[in-house]
Amino acid sequence: MYEITCDVAIVGGGPAGLAAAAAAKKEGTEKVIIIERDETLGGILQQCIHPGFGLKLFKEELTGPEYYGRFVDKVKELGVETLMNSMVLEIEKNTVVCMNKEHGITNVNTKSIVLAMGCRERTRANIMIPGTRPAGIYTAGSAQRLMNRQNEMVGKKVVILGSGDIGMIMARRMTLEGAEVVAVVELNNFLAGLTRNKVQCLDDFGIPLLLSHTITNIKGNDRVEGVVVSKVDEATKKVIAGSEQFFECDTLLLSVGLIPENELTRKAEIEISSITNGPVVNQYMQTSIPSVFACGNVVHVNDLVDNVSTESAIAGASAAKFAKGELGGGEEISVKTGENVRYVCPQRVVGGGGKVDFYFRVMAPKGQSVIAAKDGDKVLCSRKTIKVNPGEIEKITVDLGGVREIVIESREA
Amino acid sequence: MEKEIICTVCPTGCVMHVVGTETLIESIEGYTCPRGKKYGEYEFLAPVRILTSTVKSNEGRLIPCRSKNPLPKGKVLDCMEVLRGVTVTLPIKRGDVIVADILGTGIDIVATGE
Repeated sequence: MYEITCDVAIVGGGPAGLAAAAAAKKEGTEKVIIIERDETLGGILQQCIHPGFGLKLFKEELTGPEYYGRFVDKVKELGVETLMNSMVLEIEKNTVVCMNKEHGITNVNTKSIVLAMGCRERTRANIMIPGTRPAGIYTAGSAQRLMNRQNEMVGKKVVILGSGDIGMIMARRMTLEGAEVVAVVELNNFLAGLTRNKVQCLDDFGIPLLLSHTITNIKGNDRVEGVVVSKVDEATKKVIAGSEQFFECDTLLLSVGLIPENELTRKAEIEISSITNGPVVNQYMQTSIPSVFACGNVVHVNDLVDNVSTESAIAGASAAKFAKGELGGGEEISVKTGENVRYVCPQRVVGGGGKVDFYFRVMAPKGQSVIAAKDGDKVLCSRKTIKVNPGEIEKITVDLGGVREIVIESREA
Repeated sequence: MEKEIICTVCPTGCVMHVVGTETLIESIEGYTCPRGKKYGEYEFLAPVRILTSTVKSNEGRLIPCRSKNPLPKGKVLDCMEVLRGVTVTLPIKRGDVIVADILGTGIDIVATGE
Protein backbone atom coordinates (compact mmCIF):
# COMPACT_ATOMS: atom_id res chain seq x y z
CA MET A 1 0.00 0.00 0.00
CA TYR A 2 1.18 3.51 -0.86
CA GLU A 3 1.84 5.56 2.28
CA ILE A 4 2.01 9.33 2.70
CA THR A 5 2.67 11.25 5.91
CA CYS A 6 1.56 14.83 6.52
CA ASP A 7 0.54 17.27 9.25
CA VAL A 8 -2.87 18.33 7.96
CA ALA A 9 -4.89 16.34 5.40
CA ILE A 10 -7.79 18.12 3.73
CA VAL A 11 -10.58 16.12 2.14
CA GLY A 12 -11.90 18.12 -0.82
CA GLY A 13 -10.37 20.81 -3.06
CA GLY A 14 -13.35 23.12 -3.44
CA PRO A 15 -13.56 26.59 -1.88
CA ALA A 16 -13.70 25.19 1.67
CA GLY A 17 -10.69 22.91 1.23
CA LEU A 18 -8.67 25.61 -0.52
CA ALA A 19 -9.26 28.22 2.21
CA ALA A 20 -8.56 25.67 4.95
CA ALA A 21 -5.32 24.60 3.24
CA ALA A 22 -4.08 28.18 2.89
CA ALA A 23 -4.85 28.94 6.54
CA ALA A 24 -3.22 25.71 7.78
CA LYS A 25 -0.06 26.48 5.88
CA LYS A 26 0.00 30.10 7.13
CA GLU A 27 -0.22 28.79 10.69
CA GLY A 28 3.24 27.33 10.11
CA THR A 29 2.60 23.64 9.54
CA GLU A 30 5.16 21.75 7.51
CA LYS A 31 3.08 19.57 5.21
CA VAL A 32 -0.50 20.27 4.18
CA ILE A 33 -2.10 18.09 1.56
CA ILE A 34 -5.42 18.48 -0.30
CA ILE A 35 -7.05 15.21 -1.41
CA GLU A 36 -9.42 15.78 -4.34
CA ARG A 37 -11.42 13.29 -6.40
CA ASP A 38 -11.62 15.51 -9.50
CA GLU A 39 -8.66 16.21 -11.79
CA THR A 40 -8.76 19.94 -11.10
CA LEU A 41 -9.13 22.10 -7.97
CA GLY A 42 -12.03 24.50 -7.43
CA GLY A 43 -14.93 22.14 -6.78
CA ILE A 44 -18.37 23.28 -7.81
CA LEU A 45 -17.14 26.86 -8.44
CA GLN A 46 -15.68 25.57 -11.70
CA GLN A 47 -19.17 25.44 -13.16
CA CYS A 48 -20.42 28.61 -11.41
CA ILE A 49 -19.38 30.96 -14.20
CA HIS A 50 -21.82 33.66 -13.01
CA PRO A 51 -20.83 36.72 -10.97
CA GLY A 52 -21.74 37.50 -7.36
CA PHE A 53 -18.85 35.89 -5.50
CA GLY A 54 -16.37 37.71 -3.30
CA LEU A 55 -18.43 40.83 -2.50
CA LYS A 56 -17.74 40.38 1.22
CA LEU A 57 -14.21 39.02 1.13
CA PHE A 58 -12.64 40.91 -1.76
CA LYS A 59 -15.13 43.82 -2.02
CA GLU A 60 -15.52 43.14 -5.73
CA GLU A 61 -17.87 41.04 -7.80
CA LEU A 62 -16.07 37.96 -9.07
CA THR A 63 -17.23 34.92 -11.02
CA GLY A 64 -16.79 31.41 -9.59
CA PRO A 65 -13.65 30.63 -11.62
CA GLU A 66 -12.07 33.98 -10.67
CA TYR A 67 -12.86 33.39 -7.00
CA TYR A 68 -11.36 29.91 -6.74
CA GLY A 69 -8.54 30.94 -9.08
CA ARG A 70 -7.30 33.39 -6.43
CA PHE A 71 -7.29 30.65 -3.81
CA VAL A 72 -5.56 28.15 -6.11
CA ASP A 73 -2.83 30.75 -6.73
CA LYS A 74 -2.51 31.25 -2.99
CA VAL A 75 -2.23 27.56 -2.03
CA LYS A 76 0.32 26.97 -4.78
CA GLU A 77 2.36 29.95 -3.61
CA LEU A 78 2.24 28.69 -0.02
CA GLY A 79 3.42 25.23 -1.04
CA VAL A 80 0.31 23.20 -0.26
CA GLU A 81 0.55 19.74 -1.82
CA THR A 82 -2.27 18.03 -3.71
CA LEU A 83 -3.31 14.46 -4.29
CA MET A 84 -5.63 14.65 -7.29
CA ASN A 85 -7.89 11.97 -8.82
CA SER A 86 -8.20 10.49 -5.35
CA MET A 87 -11.49 9.32 -3.92
CA VAL A 88 -11.46 9.17 -0.13
CA LEU A 89 -12.96 5.90 1.08
CA GLU A 90 -12.58 6.15 4.82
CA ILE A 91 -11.25 8.37 7.56
CA GLU A 92 -10.05 7.50 11.02
CA LYS A 93 -8.55 9.61 13.79
CA ASN A 94 -5.17 9.94 12.08
CA THR A 95 -5.61 8.28 8.72
CA VAL A 96 -7.30 9.08 5.43
CA VAL A 97 -7.66 6.09 3.11
CA CYS A 98 -8.17 6.97 -0.53
CA MET A 99 -8.13 5.41 -3.96
CA ASN A 100 -5.63 7.19 -6.19
CA LYS A 101 -5.61 6.77 -9.94
CA GLU A 102 -1.84 6.25 -10.02
CA HIS A 103 -0.94 4.60 -6.69
CA GLY A 104 -4.10 2.62 -5.99
CA ILE A 105 -5.16 2.41 -2.35
CA THR A 106 -3.29 5.15 -0.53
CA ASN A 107 -2.92 5.66 3.20
CA VAL A 108 -2.45 9.26 4.28
CA ASN A 109 -1.12 9.35 7.85
CA THR A 110 -1.81 12.72 9.38
CA LYS A 111 -1.90 14.61 12.66
CA SER A 112 -5.21 16.27 11.85
CA ILE A 113 -7.92 16.12 9.18
CA VAL A 114 -10.19 18.79 7.69
CA LEU A 115 -13.43 17.57 6.11
CA ALA A 116 -14.40 19.82 3.18
CA MET A 117 -16.52 17.56 0.98
CA GLY A 118 -19.26 20.10 0.31
CA CYS A 119 -22.81 19.08 -0.43
CA ARG A 120 -24.98 17.29 -2.93
CA GLU A 121 -28.26 18.21 -4.59
CA ARG A 122 -31.59 16.77 -3.58
CA THR A 123 -33.15 14.84 -6.45
CA ARG A 124 -36.60 13.92 -7.71
CA ALA A 125 -36.46 10.82 -5.50
CA ASN A 126 -35.90 12.97 -2.41
CA ILE A 127 -39.07 14.97 -3.02
CA MET A 128 -41.11 12.15 -4.58
CA ILE A 129 -42.74 13.81 -7.62
CA PRO A 130 -45.22 11.37 -9.16
CA GLY A 131 -45.38 10.63 -12.88
CA THR A 132 -43.44 8.82 -15.57
CA ARG A 133 -39.66 8.58 -15.74
CA PRO A 134 -38.68 10.19 -19.05
CA ALA A 135 -35.33 11.75 -19.99
CA GLY A 136 -35.05 15.50 -19.41
CA ILE A 137 -35.19 15.71 -15.62
CA TYR A 138 -32.03 17.19 -14.15
CA THR A 139 -30.92 18.69 -10.89
CA ALA A 140 -30.05 22.34 -11.59
CA GLY A 141 -26.40 21.75 -10.69
CA SER A 142 -25.92 18.81 -13.02
CA ALA A 143 -27.53 20.81 -15.84
CA GLN A 144 -25.12 23.62 -14.95
CA ARG A 145 -22.13 21.30 -15.20
CA LEU A 146 -23.34 19.90 -18.54
CA MET A 147 -23.84 23.37 -20.00
CA ASN A 148 -20.89 25.26 -18.56
CA ARG A 149 -18.18 22.61 -18.62
CA GLN A 150 -19.28 19.95 -21.07
CA ASN A 151 -20.97 22.12 -23.72
CA GLU A 152 -24.23 20.13 -23.66
CA MET A 153 -27.48 22.08 -23.97
CA VAL A 154 -29.93 20.20 -21.74
CA GLY A 155 -33.22 21.38 -23.25
CA LYS A 156 -35.21 24.00 -25.13
CA LYS A 157 -38.35 24.59 -23.07
CA VAL A 158 -37.79 24.43 -19.37
CA VAL A 159 -39.72 24.44 -16.11
CA ILE A 160 -37.73 24.90 -12.92
CA LEU A 161 -38.94 23.57 -9.58
CA GLY A 162 -37.56 25.45 -6.59
CA SER A 163 -36.52 29.08 -6.30
CA GLY A 164 -33.08 28.34 -4.87
CA ASP A 165 -30.15 30.34 -6.21
CA ILE A 166 -28.88 27.62 -8.54
CA GLY A 167 -32.35 27.25 -10.07
CA MET A 168 -32.68 30.98 -10.73
CA ILE A 169 -29.13 31.23 -12.09
CA MET A 170 -29.86 28.33 -14.45
CA ALA A 171 -33.06 30.10 -15.57
CA ARG A 172 -30.91 33.01 -16.76
CA ARG A 173 -28.18 30.80 -18.17
CA MET A 174 -30.64 28.75 -20.23
CA THR A 175 -32.39 31.90 -21.47
CA LEU A 176 -29.06 33.40 -22.57
CA GLU A 177 -28.28 30.19 -24.45
CA GLY A 178 -31.58 30.40 -26.32
CA ALA A 179 -33.94 28.21 -24.29
CA GLU A 180 -37.38 29.31 -23.12
CA VAL A 181 -37.93 29.15 -19.37
CA VAL A 182 -41.67 28.72 -18.88
CA ALA A 183 -41.76 29.27 -15.12
CA VAL A 184 -40.00 28.88 -11.81
CA VAL A 185 -42.28 27.04 -9.39
CA GLU A 186 -41.82 27.41 -5.60
CA LEU A 187 -43.67 25.45 -2.91
CA ASN A 188 -43.23 28.10 -0.21
CA ASN A 189 -44.91 31.48 -0.25
CA PHE A 190 -41.47 33.13 -0.20
CA LEU A 191 -38.35 33.05 -2.37
CA ALA A 192 -35.77 30.40 -1.40
CA GLY A 193 -32.76 32.21 -2.85
CA LEU A 194 -31.37 35.75 -2.78
CA THR A 195 -33.52 38.70 -3.92
CA ARG A 196 -30.64 39.84 -6.13
CA ASN A 197 -30.99 36.64 -8.14
CA LYS A 198 -34.74 37.08 -8.58
CA VAL A 199 -34.17 40.57 -10.00
CA GLN A 200 -31.24 39.70 -12.27
CA CYS A 201 -32.17 36.17 -13.32
CA LEU A 202 -35.98 36.13 -13.47
CA ASP A 203 -37.34 39.71 -13.65
CA ASP A 204 -34.74 40.78 -16.26
CA PHE A 205 -36.06 38.14 -18.67
CA GLY A 206 -39.71 38.25 -17.68
CA ILE A 207 -39.63 34.70 -16.26
CA PRO A 208 -42.69 34.12 -14.05
CA LEU A 209 -42.19 32.99 -10.44
CA LEU A 210 -45.11 30.97 -9.08
CA LEU A 211 -45.04 31.01 -5.29
CA SER A 212 -47.15 28.47 -3.32
CA HIS A 213 -47.18 26.11 -6.30
CA THR A 214 -45.63 22.71 -6.87
CA ILE A 215 -45.31 20.04 -9.54
CA THR A 216 -47.76 17.19 -9.04
CA ASN A 217 -47.10 15.13 -12.13
CA ILE A 218 -44.49 14.63 -14.85
CA LYS A 219 -45.74 13.54 -18.29
CA GLY A 220 -43.88 11.99 -21.20
CA ASN A 221 -42.48 8.62 -22.20
CA ASP A 222 -39.07 8.94 -23.85
CA ARG A 223 -38.66 12.63 -23.10
CA VAL A 224 -40.46 15.04 -20.75
CA GLU A 225 -43.55 16.39 -22.54
CA GLY A 226 -44.84 18.57 -19.76
CA VAL A 227 -45.54 18.94 -16.06
CA VAL A 228 -48.68 19.46 -14.03
CA VAL A 229 -48.40 22.46 -11.72
CA SER A 230 -50.81 22.81 -8.79
CA LYS A 231 -51.46 25.47 -6.19
CA VAL A 232 -50.75 24.60 -2.56
CA ASP A 233 -52.34 25.94 0.60
CA GLU A 234 -49.97 28.57 2.06
CA ALA A 235 -50.22 27.25 5.59
CA THR A 236 -50.51 23.49 5.22
CA LYS A 237 -48.58 23.14 1.91
CA LYS A 238 -51.28 20.69 0.81
CA VAL A 239 -52.18 20.60 -2.89
CA ILE A 240 -55.45 22.40 -3.67
CA ALA A 241 -57.67 20.08 -5.71
CA GLY A 242 -58.83 21.49 -9.03
CA SER A 243 -55.96 24.01 -9.32
CA GLU A 244 -53.94 21.90 -11.80
CA GLN A 245 -52.43 23.54 -14.88
CA PHE A 246 -50.47 21.74 -17.61
CA PHE A 247 -47.17 23.33 -18.66
CA GLU A 248 -45.68 21.99 -21.86
CA CYS A 249 -41.89 21.60 -21.62
CA ASP A 250 -39.10 19.20 -22.61
CA THR A 251 -36.96 19.71 -19.53
CA LEU A 252 -37.49 19.93 -15.79
CA LEU A 253 -34.75 21.34 -13.57
CA LEU A 254 -34.86 20.71 -9.84
CA SER A 255 -33.44 23.26 -7.45
CA VAL A 256 -34.89 21.80 -4.30
CA GLY A 257 -32.15 22.01 -1.75
CA LEU A 258 -28.76 20.66 -0.87
CA ILE A 259 -27.64 17.99 1.55
CA PRO A 260 -24.17 18.03 3.14
CA GLU A 261 -22.18 15.06 1.86
CA ASN A 262 -21.33 13.21 5.06
CA GLU A 263 -20.93 9.52 4.22
CA LEU A 264 -17.31 9.63 5.43
CA THR A 265 -18.27 11.55 8.56
CA ARG A 266 -21.01 9.06 9.46
CA LYS A 267 -18.75 6.08 8.81
CA ALA A 268 -16.21 7.58 11.22
CA GLU A 269 -19.03 7.86 13.81
CA ILE A 270 -18.63 11.61 14.15
CA GLU A 271 -21.63 13.28 15.80
CA ILE A 272 -24.02 14.66 13.18
CA SER A 273 -26.69 17.35 13.73
CA SER A 274 -30.12 16.16 12.64
CA ILE A 275 -31.01 19.70 11.54
CA THR A 276 -28.01 20.68 9.42
CA ASN A 277 -27.17 17.06 8.43
CA GLY A 278 -23.56 18.04 9.02
CA PRO A 279 -21.12 17.35 11.84
CA VAL A 280 -21.62 19.17 15.14
CA VAL A 281 -18.68 21.55 15.57
CA ASN A 282 -17.28 24.01 18.12
CA GLN A 283 -15.87 27.48 17.41
CA TYR A 284 -12.66 25.89 16.07
CA MET A 285 -14.77 23.88 13.60
CA GLN A 286 -13.64 20.81 15.56
CA THR A 287 -15.91 17.75 15.39
CA SER A 288 -16.58 15.13 18.08
CA ILE A 289 -13.27 13.47 17.11
CA PRO A 290 -10.72 16.06 18.30
CA SER A 291 -8.27 15.54 15.42
CA VAL A 292 -11.03 15.96 12.81
CA PHE A 293 -12.23 19.41 11.73
CA ALA A 294 -14.93 20.31 9.21
CA CYS A 295 -15.87 23.38 7.19
CA GLY A 296 -18.02 24.75 4.42
CA ASN A 297 -21.14 23.13 3.05
CA VAL A 298 -20.31 19.77 4.62
CA VAL A 299 -21.13 21.41 7.98
CA HIS A 300 -24.15 23.48 6.96
CA VAL A 301 -25.31 24.72 3.58
CA ASN A 302 -24.14 28.30 3.16
CA ASP A 303 -25.55 30.85 0.76
CA LEU A 304 -22.34 32.81 0.18
CA VAL A 305 -18.97 31.29 -0.62
CA ASP A 306 -17.38 34.22 1.22
CA ASN A 307 -18.77 32.77 4.47
CA VAL A 308 -17.45 29.35 3.51
CA SER A 309 -13.96 30.78 3.04
CA THR A 310 -14.04 32.63 6.37
CA GLU A 311 -15.26 29.58 8.28
CA SER A 312 -12.82 27.28 6.49
CA ALA A 313 -9.87 29.49 7.38
CA ILE A 314 -10.80 28.93 11.04
CA ALA A 315 -10.96 25.16 10.46
CA GLY A 316 -7.61 25.12 8.66
CA ALA A 317 -5.81 27.25 11.26
CA SER A 318 -7.30 25.20 14.12
CA ALA A 319 -6.33 21.89 12.46
CA ALA A 320 -2.78 23.24 12.11
CA LYS A 321 -2.68 24.28 15.78
CA PHE A 322 -3.98 20.84 16.75
CA ALA A 323 -1.27 19.18 14.66
CA LYS A 324 1.33 21.23 16.59
CA GLY A 325 -0.35 20.39 19.92
CA GLU A 326 -1.28 24.02 20.49
CA LEU A 327 -5.08 23.93 20.30
CA GLY A 328 -6.58 24.62 23.69
CA GLY A 329 -9.60 22.91 25.14
CA GLY A 330 -11.85 23.70 28.05
CA GLU A 331 -15.30 23.25 29.42
CA GLU A 332 -17.94 22.82 26.75
CA ILE A 333 -20.99 25.08 26.48
CA SER A 334 -23.78 24.10 24.13
CA VAL A 335 -25.46 26.75 22.01
CA LYS A 336 -29.24 26.58 21.93
CA THR A 337 -31.77 27.82 19.41
CA GLY A 338 -34.40 30.28 20.68
CA GLU A 339 -37.42 31.86 19.03
CA ASN A 340 -37.55 31.61 15.21
CA VAL A 341 -34.05 30.10 14.93
CA ARG A 342 -33.71 26.81 13.07
CA TYR A 343 -30.05 26.13 13.71
CA VAL A 344 -26.87 27.79 14.93
CA CYS A 345 -23.33 26.99 13.82
CA PRO A 346 -21.08 26.34 15.74
CA GLN A 347 -23.38 24.25 17.90
CA ARG A 348 -21.06 24.32 20.89
CA VAL A 349 -18.17 26.32 22.23
CA VAL A 350 -15.29 25.46 24.49
CA GLY A 351 -14.74 27.78 27.40
CA GLY A 352 -12.36 30.64 27.97
CA GLY A 353 -12.83 34.12 26.60
CA GLY A 354 -12.69 35.41 23.07
CA LYS A 355 -15.20 36.48 20.49
CA VAL A 356 -17.04 33.93 18.39
CA ASP A 357 -19.12 34.51 15.26
CA PHE A 358 -22.30 32.45 15.26
CA TYR A 359 -24.06 31.85 11.96
CA PHE A 360 -27.72 30.91 11.97
CA ARG A 361 -30.85 30.58 9.89
CA VAL A 362 -34.31 31.66 10.93
CA MET A 363 -37.31 29.37 10.71
CA ALA A 364 -39.78 31.74 8.99
CA PRO A 365 -39.48 35.09 7.20
CA LYS A 366 -40.36 38.01 9.51
CA GLY A 367 -40.26 41.80 9.32
CA GLN A 368 -38.28 44.05 11.68
CA SER A 369 -36.66 41.76 14.21
CA VAL A 370 -34.24 41.88 17.10
CA ILE A 371 -31.52 39.26 16.91
CA ALA A 372 -30.05 38.46 20.31
CA ALA A 373 -27.71 36.10 22.15
CA LYS A 374 -28.75 35.49 25.75
CA ASP A 375 -27.31 33.80 28.81
CA GLY A 376 -30.43 33.09 30.85
CA ASP A 377 -32.17 36.48 31.18
CA LYS A 378 -29.00 38.40 30.44
CA VAL A 379 -28.69 39.77 26.90
CA LEU A 380 -25.08 39.21 25.79
CA CYS A 381 -25.54 41.21 22.62
CA SER A 382 -28.32 42.15 20.24
CA ARG A 383 -28.96 44.02 17.05
CA LYS A 384 -31.92 45.16 15.00
CA THR A 385 -32.55 44.04 11.48
CA ILE A 386 -35.05 45.26 8.88
CA LYS A 387 -36.16 41.73 8.03
CA VAL A 388 -35.12 38.11 8.41
CA ASN A 389 -35.43 35.40 5.76
CA PRO A 390 -34.62 31.67 5.97
CA GLY A 391 -32.76 32.02 2.66
CA GLU A 392 -30.19 34.37 4.16
CA ILE A 393 -27.77 33.36 6.88
CA GLU A 394 -27.56 35.78 9.83
CA LYS A 395 -24.52 36.38 11.99
CA ILE A 396 -24.08 37.45 15.59
CA THR A 397 -20.78 37.91 17.41
CA VAL A 398 -20.65 36.94 21.08
CA ASP A 399 -17.92 37.58 23.65
CA LEU A 400 -17.58 34.30 25.55
CA GLY A 401 -16.08 35.81 28.72
CA GLY A 402 -17.94 34.35 31.73
CA VAL A 403 -20.80 32.95 29.68
CA ARG A 404 -22.53 29.80 31.01
CA GLU A 405 -25.18 29.24 28.37
CA ILE A 406 -25.93 30.73 24.96
CA VAL A 407 -29.39 30.96 23.42
CA ILE A 408 -29.76 32.70 20.06
CA GLU A 409 -33.12 34.10 19.05
CA SER A 410 -34.75 36.33 16.45
CA ARG A 411 -37.81 38.07 17.85
CA GLU A 412 -40.13 40.14 15.69
CA ALA A 413 -40.13 43.76 16.87
CA MET B 1 -42.39 56.79 -16.91
CA GLU B 2 -42.75 55.01 -13.57
CA LYS B 3 -40.81 51.99 -12.32
CA GLU B 4 -40.75 49.73 -9.28
CA ILE B 5 -37.12 48.86 -8.61
CA ILE B 6 -36.02 46.24 -6.10
CA CYS B 7 -32.65 47.22 -4.71
CA THR B 8 -29.93 44.56 -4.98
CA VAL B 9 -27.15 46.45 -3.18
CA CYS B 10 -27.68 44.44 0.02
CA PRO B 11 -29.99 41.59 1.07
CA THR B 12 -32.60 43.98 2.50
CA GLY B 13 -34.17 44.39 -0.95
CA CYS B 14 -35.88 47.77 -0.54
CA VAL B 15 -38.59 48.44 -3.10
CA MET B 16 -38.14 51.85 -4.72
CA HIS B 17 -40.66 53.78 -6.72
CA VAL B 18 -39.06 55.95 -9.37
CA VAL B 19 -40.77 58.51 -11.62
CA GLY B 20 -39.02 60.32 -14.48
CA THR B 21 -38.18 60.44 -18.16
CA GLU B 22 -35.46 58.65 -20.10
CA THR B 23 -32.87 61.16 -19.04
CA LEU B 24 -34.24 62.70 -15.84
CA ILE B 25 -35.43 61.48 -12.47
CA GLU B 26 -38.37 63.44 -11.09
CA SER B 27 -38.81 61.51 -7.87
CA ILE B 28 -37.38 58.48 -6.11
CA GLU B 29 -38.89 56.96 -2.98
CA GLY B 30 -38.47 53.84 -0.86
CA TYR B 31 -34.67 53.67 -0.53
CA THR B 32 -33.15 53.43 2.92
CA CYS B 33 -29.50 54.25 2.26
CA PRO B 34 -27.46 56.45 -0.11
CA ARG B 35 -26.03 53.45 -1.98
CA GLY B 36 -29.56 52.24 -2.61
CA LYS B 37 -30.61 55.64 -3.93
CA LYS B 38 -27.69 55.65 -6.34
CA TYR B 39 -28.52 52.11 -7.48
CA GLY B 40 -32.15 53.10 -8.04
CA GLU B 41 -31.14 56.10 -10.14
CA TYR B 42 -28.74 54.08 -12.32
CA GLU B 43 -31.21 51.21 -12.64
CA PHE B 44 -33.87 53.67 -13.82
CA LEU B 45 -31.78 55.68 -16.28
CA ALA B 46 -29.21 53.21 -17.58
CA PRO B 47 -29.44 49.69 -16.16
CA VAL B 48 -26.28 47.61 -16.51
CA ARG B 49 -25.43 43.93 -15.96
CA ILE B 50 -22.28 41.85 -15.82
CA LEU B 51 -22.52 39.28 -18.61
CA THR B 52 -20.95 35.87 -18.04
CA SER B 53 -20.84 32.99 -20.46
CA THR B 54 -18.47 30.47 -22.01
CA VAL B 55 -16.63 30.38 -25.32
CA LYS B 56 -15.30 27.43 -27.26
CA SER B 57 -11.56 26.78 -27.38
CA ASN B 58 -9.53 25.18 -30.16
CA GLU B 59 -9.16 22.11 -27.93
CA GLY B 60 -12.91 21.77 -27.51
CA ARG B 61 -12.85 22.66 -23.80
CA LEU B 62 -15.09 25.56 -22.76
CA ILE B 63 -13.47 28.69 -21.35
CA PRO B 64 -15.58 30.75 -18.93
CA CYS B 65 -15.66 34.48 -19.63
CA ARG B 66 -17.24 37.74 -18.41
CA SER B 67 -17.66 41.33 -19.37
CA LYS B 68 -14.90 43.08 -17.46
CA ASN B 69 -17.36 45.75 -16.36
CA PRO B 70 -21.15 45.83 -16.46
CA LEU B 71 -22.72 46.21 -19.92
CA PRO B 72 -25.89 48.12 -20.84
CA LYS B 73 -28.68 45.68 -20.00
CA GLY B 74 -30.25 46.05 -23.45
CA LYS B 75 -27.07 44.80 -25.16
CA VAL B 76 -26.75 41.55 -23.21
CA LEU B 77 -28.52 39.28 -25.72
CA ASP B 78 -26.67 40.84 -28.68
CA CYS B 79 -23.35 40.25 -26.93
CA MET B 80 -24.32 36.59 -26.41
CA GLU B 81 -24.80 36.36 -30.17
CA VAL B 82 -21.23 37.64 -30.70
CA LEU B 83 -19.80 35.17 -28.15
CA ARG B 84 -21.50 32.23 -29.85
CA GLY B 85 -19.24 32.76 -32.85
CA VAL B 86 -15.97 33.03 -30.89
CA THR B 87 -13.31 30.31 -30.62
CA VAL B 88 -10.24 31.05 -28.49
CA THR B 89 -6.82 29.51 -28.94
CA LEU B 90 -5.27 27.94 -25.86
CA PRO B 91 -3.37 28.55 -23.68
CA ILE B 92 -5.34 31.35 -22.14
CA LYS B 93 -4.94 33.03 -18.74
CA ARG B 94 -7.45 34.52 -16.33
CA GLY B 95 -7.98 38.14 -17.40
CA ASP B 96 -6.91 37.70 -21.05
CA VAL B 97 -9.09 39.70 -23.45
CA ILE B 98 -11.31 37.47 -25.63
CA VAL B 99 -13.33 40.20 -27.39
CA ALA B 100 -12.13 43.78 -27.11
CA ASP B 101 -14.72 46.57 -26.99
CA ILE B 102 -17.70 44.28 -27.63
CA LEU B 103 -20.30 45.90 -29.91
CA GLY B 104 -18.69 49.30 -29.40
CA THR B 105 -19.63 49.41 -25.73
CA GLY B 106 -16.04 50.11 -24.72
CA ILE B 107 -16.13 46.98 -22.56
CA ASP B 108 -13.91 43.93 -23.02
CA ILE B 109 -14.92 40.31 -22.67
CA VAL B 110 -12.18 38.60 -20.65
CA ALA B 111 -11.42 34.99 -19.69
CA THR B 112 -12.24 34.07 -16.09
CA GLY B 113 -10.63 30.63 -16.16
CA GLU B 114 -7.66 28.95 -17.77
